[in-house]
Amino acid sequence: MDYIRYIEKTHEYYRQQGYDKTYNYAHNEFIPFTPLKKPLSEARVTLVTTASFVLMDKEGRPLEEPGFGGTNELEVFTAPSDWPAEQLMSTSGDHDRYQTDMEDVDAFFPTTRMRELLAEGVFGSLSKDYYRTLPNYSQRKTTEVDGPEVLRRCLEDNVDVALLTPV
Amino acid sequence: MSLVARVLEAGGVSTVTFTAARDIAASAGNPRQIFLNYPLGSPAGRPHDPENQHQVLRAGLKLLEEADRPGIIVDLPFVWSEDTTWMDKFMTDEQPFLSDEAEQVRQELLEKARAQKKNNAQQTQ
Repeated sequence: MDYIRYIEKTHEYYRQQGYDKTYNYAHNEFIPFTPLKKPLSEARVTLVTTASFVLMDKEGRPLEEPGFGGTNELEVFTAPSDWPAEQLMSTSGDHDRYQTDMEDVDAFFPTTRMRELLAEGVFGSLSKDYYRTLPNYSQRKTTEVDGPEVLRRCLEDNVDVALLTPV
Repeated sequence: MSLVARVLEAGGVSTVTFTAARDIAASAGNPRQIFLNYPLGSPAGRPHDPENQHQVLRAGLKLLEEADRPGIIVDLPFVWSEDTTWMDKFMTDEQPFLSDEAEQVRQELLEKARAQKKNNAQQTQ
């Protein structure tokens, strides 16, 4: 199968730009694993993304001034899981803008699809909030601060399963 | 994102990651990966195509139910377009990843957010 090798491509891109240091992608041999502990139809499910967005009111006005990547925080950002997709506006710039745009929120933050799956009885329940962390800015911070913060909030809300959508 | 998945798995939450960048997630040691060979920006299915989005999500749920070991990657069969030149053109001079203006705005917002954060930290001291 032919697909983009992003690591190679990024290294090449930075070399061409004249940088001698390039982005250091995470590399791990050991992989942690938690098997599914209960049927999905009984599980509490959340959504975690790196896509940025702002919440809007029913008239389409942003509820906050867009800051970095659409939030005013550099850390974990939450959105109520029952927030309608029509009232979310993406401010992400990390997509292939020659091929696609970020107009359909469900293509990267499938909140409508999750509610449909819940209504079909595929999931037991949805978490109270969904989460967003920043992409690619500090592996140490993701592993030691943001990741544990998402975990803490998940455990507090008795979440069993997380669906992750990096953008 | 794979690093967040690893923290969650280590803490007892099962995860599945929907990716457009197979090699990055694999290198990071992602616990369960659903790879969708679409351009960056649509990891959960084709925009404005709820049926495709459901197919992608259901593939992830199947992997959650069936995975008996970490590190499994499922390659989905969906094709973005018959014309595959988008893969060659990505991140080239012809189609740079970020435009100069976009990068400048990004840096300004980042600076602003950092300053605000520093300010908040000083206030709480």
